[in-house]
Amino acid sequence: MLRWIALAALIAPAALAQPSPARQAELRHLVLHDCGSCHGLTMKGGLGRPLLPEALADKPDGFLVEVILGGVPGTPMPPWREELSASEARWIVEQLRKGNGDAR
Amino acid sequence: MRARLTLLAAALASGMAQAELRGSGDLGLVIERASGSVQIVETTTPRSLGRIEGLGDLSHATAVFSRDARHAFVFGRDGGLTKLDLLAGRIERRIVQAGNAIGGAISQDGRLVAVANYEPGGVKLFDARSLELVQDIPTGSKVVGIADVPGQGFIFSLFDGDAIWLADTGKGESGPRLTKFADIGRQPYDGLITPDGRHYIAGLFGEDGLALIDLWRPEAGARRILAGYGRGQEPLPVYKMPHLRGWAVAGGLAFLPAIGRHEVLVADTRDWKQVTAIAVHGQPVFAVARPDGRHVWVNFAHPRNDTVQVIDAAKLEVAHTLKPGRGVMHLEFTPRGDQLWLSVRDADRVEIYDTRGPSLIASLPAKAPSGILMAARAHRIGF
Ligand code: HEC
Repeated sequence: MLRWIALAALIAPAALAQPSPARQAELRHLVLHDCGSCHGLTMKGGLGRPLLPEALADKPDGFLVEVILGGVPGTPMPPWREELSASEARWIVEQLRKGNGDAR
Repeated sequence: MRARLTLLAAALASGMAQAELRGSGDLGLVIERASGSVQIVETTTPRSLGRIEGLGDLSHATAVFSRDARHAFVFGRDGGLTKLDLLAGRIERRIVQAGNAIGGAISQDGRLVAVANYEPGGVKLFDARSLELVQDIPTGSKVVGIADVPGQGFIFSLFDGDAIWLADTGKGESGPRLTKFADIGRQPYDGLITPDGRHYIAGLFGEDGLALIDLWRPEAGARRILAGYGRGQEPLPVYKMPHLRGWAVAGGLAFLPAIGRHEVLVADTRDWKQVTAIAVHGQPVFAVARPDGRHVWVNFAHPRNDTVQVIDAAKLEVAHTLKPGRGVMHLEFTPRGDQLWLSVRDADRVEIYDTRGPSLIASLPAKAPSGILMAARAHRIGF
């Protein structure tokens, strides 16, 4: 219960903040290698679905952020809440939408 | 062509020209996952002989070797199947056979290369010489954990189909004969075949336990082993799926990953009952037995992938903990186990250990290295 309140507090102001340039580089690395191990280095999919712009086009930001933070129970998609803040997850969604997931 | 040896082409090419003959028993491949390249390495010196580029998306790439250990078949994530000539240091053939592949295997007689596909799913069999398509086995599911079985066949698991299929490719002209095992448990994510080729084990993502098939008694069906190993405790989030191929069977014991837990499970291979669970540094990804079986080396999933542990197979406890750096992706022994090679992705480096210490004896630069695959795999069942 407490966790949910803390989380709600986190989401609201954080949505505006952008990760620092150094953190952006770390996140790019995370997306390429650690998301890439299931979604493919080029985000074309693997065990996880494709995360290319066209695959995400009709999915709202809020949904994608929630999937990244909370995972999809019953599937291999793990929750990244321990490592990523809501604003970082939002920044990742932005990058995926721009097709920047493939950072090669 | 970008598909060219770039580094020490001269060493190999002139070697060929001047008829300086050499074998391939001490050669290996290092996959450079982000740059679509591989290095050919030689373990005797040890050193790199050169780099071959143009292999496509090599995330999750693996390879098998021809029976003469001269050629490697590299399976790329993008469905690419590339046949390399290790001695000439070049790409001999390359096809893109599917949208999204996960791995492959080579038949006992070396004539067929099988590729397991995620998209559109299924298994394709290719002529190892020409890479021409021989058979297509649609499965309606992502295929994982493919391995060759003795007597001309392949065995694999269906992630979305909760099944294991055995394809006998040795009989008849009308295509492989399929034996389908149902009721194996939920979401098999990878599989391995024991070094003697007798047992196939699929790891299950959807439940605590593994599925076992005794290929001497396929009619007995799949049996659940190590069921309920988590004792009802919530598993941790799994940031990387363990890889079962190469998991250790040593001294009558099998060392298997507990998915979502910081544990290596140990089972007795006579009755497949759990002997113990060894607490380790993180969620295990690979556990590889030194060929003599005394030590088992283990690496771990993100975010604990900077560490490697060595388990003493006699004492069933961790004997050494090493910190090679962030992103230790794979471990591979030389055929008799004098050296252990490991890839440190984020340090752009391959490290080579003397396994007696263990002590670091050399390191080689490599671009985001992942898999390290020795040509001696050519002669092992299940590789
Ligand atoms: C261990 C494997 C694995 C890892 C690692 C992983 N994912 Fe996933 N992901 C999946 C699977 C499987 C699904 C599909 C779940 C389903 O069936 O709904 C998925 C789904 C998603 C979706 C929803 C896509 C859609 O179309 O609904 C997003 C977004 C996503 N992942 C982002 C990420 C990001 C970002 C990372 C890294 C921080 C990541 N994933 C790491 C396995 C993984």
